[in-house]
Amino acid sequence: MTLSLALTHRFASATLDIAFEAGTGITALFGRSGAGKTTVIQTVAGLFQPDTARVSLNGDMLLDTQARLSVPAHKRRFGTVFQDARLFPHLDVAQNLDFGARYASKGPAVKRSEVIDLLGLASLLTRAPRTLSGGERQRVALGRALLSRPRMLLMDEPLASLDDPRKLEILPYLEGLRDGPLRLPILYVSHAVDEIARLADTLVLLQGGRVAAQGPLFDVMSDPAAVPLLGVREAGAVIEAQVVEHAGDGLSTLRLSAGTLELPGVRAAPGARVRLRVLAQDVILSMTRPERLSSVNVLPVVIEAIHPGDGPGAAIALRAGSDRLLARVTARAVAEMSLRPGTHCFAILKATTVAPGSIGR
Amino acid sequence: MTPDAAAWEALRLSLWVATFATAFAIPLALWVAWVLARREFAGKALLNAAVHLPLVLPPIVTGYLLLVVFSPTAPVGRALEAAIGLTLAFRWTGAVLAAVVMGFPLMVRAMRLAIEAVDPRIEEAAATLGAPRVAVFTRVTLPLIAPGILAGAVLGFAKAMGEFGATITFVANIPGQTQTLPLAIWTALQIPGGEKQAAIMAGLSCVVALGAILLSEWLARRVAARISGP
Repeated sequence: MTLSLALTHRFASATLDIAFEAGTGITALFGRSGAGKTTVIQTVAGLFQPDTARVSLNGDMLLDTQARLSVPAHKRRFGTVFQDARLFPHLDVAQNLDFGARYASKGPAVKRSEVIDLLGLASLLTRAPRTLSGGERQRVALGRALLSRPRMLLMDEPLASLDDPRKLEILPYLEGLRDGPLRLPILYVSHAVDEIARLADTLVLLQGGRVAAQGPLFDVMSDPAAVPLLGVREAGAVIEAQVVEHAGDGLSTLRLSAGTLELPGVRAAPGARVRLRVLAQDVILSMTRPERLSSVNVLPVVIEAIHPGDGPGAAIALRAGSDRLLARVTARAVAEMSLRPGTHCFAILKATTVAPGSIGR
Repeated sequence: MTPDAAAWEALRLSLWVATFATAFAIPLALWVAWVLARREFAGKALLNAAVHLPLVLPPIVTGYLLLVVFSPTAPVGRALEAAIGLTLAFRWTGAVLAAVVMGFPLMVRAMRLAIEAVDPRIEEAAATLGAPRVAVFTRVTLPLIAPGILAGAVLGFAKAMGEFGATITFVANIPGQTQTLPLAIWTALQIPGGEKQAAIMAGLSCVVALGAILLSEWLARRVAARISGP
């Protein structure tokens, strides 16, 4: 299942020139507001026609402005979840869920009861949309899109209007979609790095109407060149770790290719693989193995690349075994420690730097 | 004190004309309201002005213009008669037309407001779920604007029941043919001793008006309950 898109469009304030491919799993489209994210979703969904565009799914052409071809939105079969839910106010939850059923003759079978279970909707079926909380609305919108049996799911900042507790309520459902039996390809638009770090398989970074970087999530997130795109406070590698055991004091042991980490707040069972997000600004480098340190999470690393930033900082790509990390240190420290590609050193990660919300899968 | 035969005849004709006018005007007004609310095109301001003209023109001028266009000697009136055998001037059908024209701006206004209140993004959501355009209209838009359509219909019906100036100018005042309730009341007031029948017919008008308001309130409540969900 591959969606391929190329579009150009001139708005009064910006010009877009975007092309990328989205395969199976979750492809995240990240960028600040105005980067063109919503235009991409609207174009794919068939709700907007750019100046020039080609959109195809598995070679099935949906939009080709040059050939004057545009399959109307209702025939494209892209379930769309909007930031503002857009439930039908005159229908109850069950009727909202079933709205698309009569048009869903083709497409992968999605069992109604399965979706209701997956999203925890059973107790909401007779409620009116206006009586639902924001998180409940988004769950209903997601269920409604799934039950229309889409070929692909488009999600336009589905969590942006929610506060953190509500986000945490929905994220597990999205992870369930990614890993569950439906195996639906998803195009996911967001400007929240934590959501993307948790959900995405592939990442497309948009900046100023262009694709600035794209590739597998682990690669893009650990690329020092992506630091200014994600923001220096948000940049940081995403790595996969295996849960080894949970100790009695609330800390859990996780195994990486280059060693182990002790982290709090891990709920996954021993043996499970989890995603860790290690913010670049929370990684400290040391030339010697530190001892008698309050942090126990130290990994031996090799410097792969050094990217000086515009300011006093520098982004450093590290390799720890087969995993890649990203550190942000000052340019002065790079000079004083004589850091260069190939330097062996130690990365210190404070246990608290991995927020519970960024521990996924 | 009972209404005489002429009064009953006038009431029957008024209800008949108003019902026909409303039923005929609803789809047309809905279409025009839709175009004004959702479409951008050259001449939109002109269409809007034309729709609203009967609201500001003296009714007698509207009636006169109708006569100019639809009299059996005018090209349009002649063509209508030749094509489908429809005569408008000095017939009850003309009274219907006068009522439609006079009530049209009120109906379009109410429906346009309702259509503008519908978030087009909700309709987009329906399209992404696979609903073709017609289904989006019947399953999403129509239920959401139903109260506006109802309000417009009530206004149009009321206007049709009360229309006087354009009607008497266009179709005259023929008992049993074009003499609606307001025309009958006016006629009664012209005859010495007719005050009593005028008062009775005025009373009938009040009863019909009150009934229409109560019926529309009841319908509006039912529609509103359905729209806001269970």
